[in-house]
Amino acid sequence: MQQPGRAAEIKAIGIGKSFGSFRALDDLTLDIGRGEFLTLLGPSGSGKTTFLMILAGFIQPTDGRLYSDGVDITERPAEQRAAGMVFQGYALFPHMSVEANIAFPLKVRKRSSAEIKRRVGEMIERVGLKGHEKKLPAQLSGGQQQRVALARALVFEPGVLLLDEPFSALDKGLRGQMQAEMKRLHQETGTTFVFVTHDQSEALALSSRVAIFNHGKLLQVGAPDEVYDRPANRFVAEFLGEINMLPLKGVRNADNGATGLCEDRTISLRGNASAVGSNAILAIRPEYMSIAPEAAAGENGIAATAVASTYLGAATRLDLTTRHGAKVTVSVPNEVAASALSKGNSVWLTWPAEKGFLLPDGGQ
Amino acid sequence: MKAYLSDRMGAALLMAPLLLFLVLAYAWPFLGVVNWSFTLPEPGLGQYGALATDPLVQSVFIRTLRIAAIVTLVSVTAAYAITVVWVRGTPVQRVVAEFCILVPFWISVLTRAFGWVALLSNRGLINTWLQATGFISEPLTLVRNEFGVIVGMTHFLIPFAVFPLASSMRSLDDRVLLAARGLGSSRMRTFWSVFVPMTRSGIIGSALIAFVFSLGFFVTPAILGGGRSVMIAELIYLRIFQSPDWGLGAAISVVLVLFVGALMALLFRYVRPKQMI
Repeated sequence: MQQPGRAAEIKAIGIGKSFGSFRALDDLTLDIGRGEFLTLLGPSGSGKTTFLMILAGFIQPTDGRLYSDGVDITERPAEQRAAGMVFQGYALFPHMSVEANIAFPLKVRKRSSAEIKRRVGEMIERVGLKGHEKKLPAQLSGGQQQRVALARALVFEPGVLLLDEPFSALDKGLRGQMQAEMKRLHQETGTTFVFVTHDQSEALALSSRVAIFNHGKLLQVGAPDEVYDRPANRFVAEFLGEINMLPLKGVRNADNGATGLCEDRTISLRGNASAVGSNAILAIRPEYMSIAPEAAAGENGIAATAVASTYLGAATRLDLTTRHGAKVTVSVPNEVAASALSKGNSVWLTWPAEKGFLLPDGGQ
Repeated sequence: MKAYLSDRMGAALLMAPLLLFLVLAYAWPFLGVVNWSFTLPEPGLGQYGALATDPLVQSVFIRTLRIAAIVTLVSVTAAYAITVVWVRGTPVQRVVAEFCILVPFWISVLTRAFGWVALLSNRGLINTWLQATGFISEPLTLVRNEFGVIVGMTHFLIPFAVFPLASSMRSLDDRVLLAARGLGSSRMRTFWSVFVPMTRSGIIGSALIAFVFSLGFFVTPAILGGGRSVMIAELIYLRIFQSPDWGLGAAISVVLVLFVGALMALLFRYVRPKQMI
């Protein structure tokens, strides 16, 4: 966070924050790599924004230490950390022009006017705001204001850029456009990005790693496919997307995985699944399940009846009930759904052994 | 509620009593004053001609403007400081600031003026204390001059200057201040280049209230000025009640009202009234 032009490496050790008796953040230990795009994901009140504010220096943690490039910055005030920051609602200076907003961080650093002029010009070009230099924030659209906020936060080449739900005020189309733009800026600047959102699809689409928070605790950190396909617990599994959960009995470890009984059929799991008890929850994402007239011996499958379908355009979402009454949702090609519904009776749900995973039975 | 108020008829009805009162108690008598200024002692523009050439009237006008300007500057600055504490301080600081702002409203302007006399006169508390501690040998002339008037008026106006400032500070987005600090700006710098400019409309509204009030002060300058620092309202009083020169007194009143009206019109062009309250 102190050397301009160089991405910072951040280490948080045992960070905790209490507001009175409320524990907003508890014992968080996390390494943020140089030039990484890390997303802090969680529902509101999960502690993700508190952690971002601690990184920015706006909130002092009650426990733990924070290091930037090996230097302890826990007590360093915000203005000396100078992480670039983009706020929810942008927080532009309403009385300053676009140009003056972007020049502000350079002015407070007492850079020469020639340098300020050059850098502000470059930044305006880079975020596509040419021709809007003299306008006030109130005269700009939401997307343009967003660009000013990004330019202002990046113009002084901070070691880390902190973003607090920057897209929450934009409509869907603009959101996608700004996401692409941010990804490009990340690649161009090479700066470490820490991004807060409660939108799981945004998190999976943008980041090199995702950190999932709930009730002030960091639950899991990993690459998007890792947290999606191998969630550490039921909360992470459900928060990242729709998931089917079926009770699994007689679970035991098998070579390269585990096996168990689900609705009287033997189910096998391959990969990182390992038995933690004889009862567990078998979890499979809807898009990994397919519909078949029959399940071959040794293949994972359970019998179910289709009860409802929702046309989604590219695919159809099918709601089914298994023989034992469990509810399952699958996402299948439109014509498959039509034929499954028309039969009105039993079909088979099948899935590859490496796509199922185990969650502890009961609770979280 | 909103639906009722946005209804034009309803809004007009709600405002009617106040409008009626203003017309009967203010506009109608004022038309009488305007009439005097053109008819007393004889019909014509004679009083306005006299007003333009009378050195006494001119010097009182200039003194009034000067005192009003100084009082506005001092009271808005002081009000700004106390409003920052009132709006953005710790809970205890807020209570203390609120107390300081509200208490003056409960004490009459006359009592306050005499209070200042007791403090500032030659044998008043301040001079007695300064002499006792040996800072000065002769008492300072703190009252019955312009200084006394400025002190008394500033004290009266600070609470009024607070409200427009408070509303502009309350509506300010805290995240903008955080953003400034996060971008490397010190607290000082953030205050001067972000906080103060963002409360501009409050400053203008507050200055307008202080200045317009200052122009019409009567009791405070009469008591604390001791007849040596006559302001425009006192001059009108003298012309009407002491030297029966109603025509000139009325002409001065009309000029004062027109001047204040022009000032308000000018400011409303730059700041919407909504931003000042």
